[in-house]
Amino acid sequence: MNPVPDIFRILPEVILTLTGVAVMLIDASLPPGYARRPLGWVAAIGTTLALWASLWQLSLPVGTGFYSTIETSPFTVFFHVLICGIVLVALLLSMDTLPEDSHHQGEYYALIVFGAVGMCLLTGAIELLLVFIALEISSIATYVLAGYRKDTTRGPEAAIKYFLLGSFATAFLLYGIALIFGATGTTQIYEIARLAPTARNHLFVLAALALMLVGILFKVSAAPFHVWTPDVYEGAPSPVVALMSTAPKAAAFALLLRVVYEMFPSLQSLWSPLLWIVAVLSMTVGNLAALRQQNVKRMLAYSSIAHAGYLLAAFAGLRQEGIAAACFYTAAYAAMNVGIFAVVTLASGYDEKLPLVQDFRGLIYRSPLLGSALLFFLVSLVGIPFTGGFFGKFYSFSAAMNGGAIWLVIIGLLNSGLAAAYYLRFALTAAQSPDKETEVAVPKPQVRIAVSAAVALAVVATLVLGIVPSEVLRAAQASAHTLRTPPTQISVHGVASEQQPNP
Amino acid sequence: MNESILTLILLVPLAGAVLVALAPDRGKLPNWIALLTALATLGLTLHLPAHFALGQGGFQFEINRAWIDSPAIFYHVGVDGLSMWLVVLAGLLAPVGVLASWNAIKERRKVFYALFLVQQTAMFGVFISLDLMLYYGFWELSLAPMAILIAMYGRKNGPKAALKFFLFTFIPSAPLLVAILWLYARTGSFDFTTLQILIAHGNFPAGPMWWVALAFLFAFAVKVPIFPLHGWLADTYSEAPVALAMVVAGKLGLYSMLRFHIGLFPAQARALAPLLIALAVIGILYGACLALVQRDFWRLLAFAALSHLSLIVLGIYGFTFTGSAGAVFQILSHGVVDGALFLLLGYLYEHYASSQINAYGGLAGKLPRAATLFVITSLAMIGLPILSGFVGEFLILSSTFTGVSKGWAISASLGVILGAAYMLWLVQRIFYGPESGLTASKPADDLHFTELAALWPLAVLMLVLGLAPSIWLPSIQTGIHPPQATVHAILPASALSTTFTGEVQR
Repeated sequence: MNPVPDIFRILPEVILTLTGVAVMLIDASLPPGYARRPLGWVAAIGTTLALWASLWQLSLPVGTGFYSTIETSPFTVFFHVLICGIVLVALLLSMDTLPEDSHHQGEYYALIVFGAVGMCLLTGAIELLLVFIALEISSIATYVLAGYRKDTTRGPEAAIKYFLLGSFATAFLLYGIALIFGATGTTQIYEIARLAPTARNHLFVLAALALMLVGILFKVSAAPFHVWTPDVYEGAPSPVVALMSTAPKAAAFALLLRVVYEMFPSLQSLWSPLLWIVAVLSMTVGNLAALRQQNVKRMLAYSSIAHAGYLLAAFAGLRQEGIAAACFYTAAYAAMNVGIFAVVTLASGYDEKLPLVQDFRGLIYRSPLLGSALLFFLVSLVGIPFTGGFFGKFYSFSAAMNGGAIWLVIIGLLNSGLAAAYYLRFALTAAQSPDKETEVAVPKPQVRIAVSAAVALAVVATLVLGIVPSEVLRAAQASAHTLRTPPTQISVHGVASEQQPNP
Repeated sequence: MNESILTLILLVPLAGAVLVALAPDRGKLPNWIALLTALATLGLTLHLPAHFALGQGGFQFEINRAWIDSPAIFYHVGVDGLSMWLVVLAGLLAPVGVLASWNAIKERRKVFYALFLVQQTAMFGVFISLDLMLYYGFWELSLAPMAILIAMYGRKNGPKAALKFFLFTFIPSAPLLVAILWLYARTGSFDFTTLQILIAHGNFPAGPMWWVALAFLFAFAVKVPIFPLHGWLADTYSEAPVALAMVVAGKLGLYSMLRFHIGLFPAQARALAPLLIALAVIGILYGACLALVQRDFWRLLAFAALSHLSLIVLGIYGFTFTGSAGAVFQILSHGVVDGALFLLLGYLYEHYASSQINAYGGLAGKLPRAATLFVITSLAMIGLPILSGFVGEFLILSSTFTGVSKGWAISASLGVILGAAYMLWLVQRIFYGPESGLTASKPADDLHFTELAALWPLAVLMLVLGLAPSIWLPSIQTGIHPPQATVHAILPASALSTTFTGEVQR
């Protein structure tokens, strides 16, 4: 009945795991004092292979493997490609910005790749226990990475904060899983979807939904579960923030889509208003707080909270359209956010000698290319047309509009007007001519091959999403089609020919 | 050629921008690339009037291709008599802008010219887009290069002015997008002509339609700007580089009003016309009075612009045929005259590093060429017969007098008289009288070839516009669609747009 060997269903994860193990082993067998930078290339090649493997999975019939615990469909492929792309950019970015002499580089690359395994698994898992395990794999990797700069005070603080609050959130999720198991007697998502409407103890189902939402919304840093974000982003090294502000979020959004649309479609009247409130809260809180930030990374942290809000607006849309819009937004957000963190990393350096918005003054004069890239990503974050940010917002809000949530759209658009203020303040400061008197001697940012490839990938992806979004949108729609309740109805909508090339 | 001409007009500046970005920053190379691109674009825009079929209604040089399937966004572009000359005007101001920046922009030339050319594309896009989403895209796109360049090359406090400009125009475009999406949710179309027909047949709820029309109007009114929404104008004029300041106000907003506010919502526009006429007259007088008392010539120019643009708004919302034609003509004239004024004042600012009017004096003897051109431009601005300002002002004021209300027309004329006062006084203070310390301290350095190459064509154009308006008016009139009923009427039933024949829904 299912002729596809199970192993093919998790091929990208297998490749990633092997890469991670290889990186660790090579790292351990290299004599100390040897440059660890080439390990980054090993990891990058492995990630690229995993990306191709997920694209190849499109040729498989949609279906499940390993006793219906894991699924491959255009939906999973979409997110796999996205996550692998982000990880690739983050690896390229790290290779040129990590200090040469740091002796834990091998672990660093291995952790990124292992984190990617968890994230990829999370998007494919249709069994709640596997979901939990995948979430832990990805979270633990990011906890460690967040504290990678042990010599600073902020690094360990960030890691501990992230770890404590994160474990708390996963505990919520686990509690929810336990309750839903109690109510329905299963942890398989499709089974739950079938049994939940008729479950005898309906209260348990409701509680499970609420607890799981708390856990997931924490991971996507939506208000009111966002408090960890600014501190962690500030303390973690910038290349790690580029990764963790996008890839785990993309995975968590995939999980959210699965939970609300696949597992609890019957409770839409309940989760829909809840997500409406969370969306409005996230945008407003994120933007208002970002307005007052002087520190670039904190500002971008609040901005990412606001973007989670814009994305959640898509959940007010009609089913197919909403899912497609959410998928598209995740991709657009990832492209521009990875890009902007790459530029910030380059401009302020690994040690972050220039943490404040004011310090970026005259960047375009100091380094025109980097400055232009910064302006480009900020313009995209504002949501100016012909960039990915515009179509992301556009699809999200038009989905909400068609879903009848006109007030959500109005609040969202006013919010994006508000957000323009702080993005623009940053952009315009970078564009301003440098102040000769107060200018500190800043070394010109070193732009090398790997990191310029990373920035170029992000720029191209943002432009592609803004000028010819049709292909990616088609992929998003194909993935929306495969996200259905009863697994038997899954038709081979499959071959979404062109996936999004690079996030 | 006719098929692809508009696409070429969009793509050539963009290609030029890419070329500038890729070329090395050596000497004046970016300037030359930008100038050649701008001249090539001007040549392309001149193709439009050369091949424009005068008797034909509707849009010409049209292309309508699917761009994005879902939602159905089309690459639908075309021009009619309304937009054709605006495209040419934008094409003309591009080389003028490059020449105006030739010596003024000394640092980061590549960034400047690349963004300047992107800005050109965005403006052309606004004028020729017939798909609301495409239009919205270009409308928003025009903001970003402008804001960045104001921040980069601001005179004193660039970023602050840039932020103000951006937010003032960006926030009102949020309701505009909601309105566009609402229309799409109702009709499944972003297409201008389709929507125009659907709305004219009037199967829309009246209440929401009011809000939709208001959202459109609000976004445009800020961009023009109309009286209480002009807060950004003076700061932007003081800070923006000359090449951008000459295109920042007026054209885009006024054109959008004519095309998308009156064009799509004639009933609602008519109902609001009395309010807009009142605001326009207030703007004319208020702008003129404030211009009289400014000490800084950029701010004087800003309030003068408010006054002149309000006059055009009066022409548009008078809903008379002559008034509308005069308004479009006046947009062209204002673009040319304002451009020349910016160039001249920018030149003075470059050399004397002051925008305080009382720091100047007695320049006529030292800079005779600048003085001559300044006087010609000022006279055109005032509306002296045989120069360009006269035709438009006369058409607007006379049609207001006969077709709208004598009181408003007389009040507006008062603004025109005040306009003569502040402009002539400005000429007198800068160019005549005793030489001031500032002007005496610098050696005489009259306009150079680059400035003259930009200014003389403009000056000639002012004369031609004034002497032979008949070159322009017939094609403008085909764009405005003559009303069926008496020409000078403001009856609600005689709608400006021929497609709208339904009842006023309120």
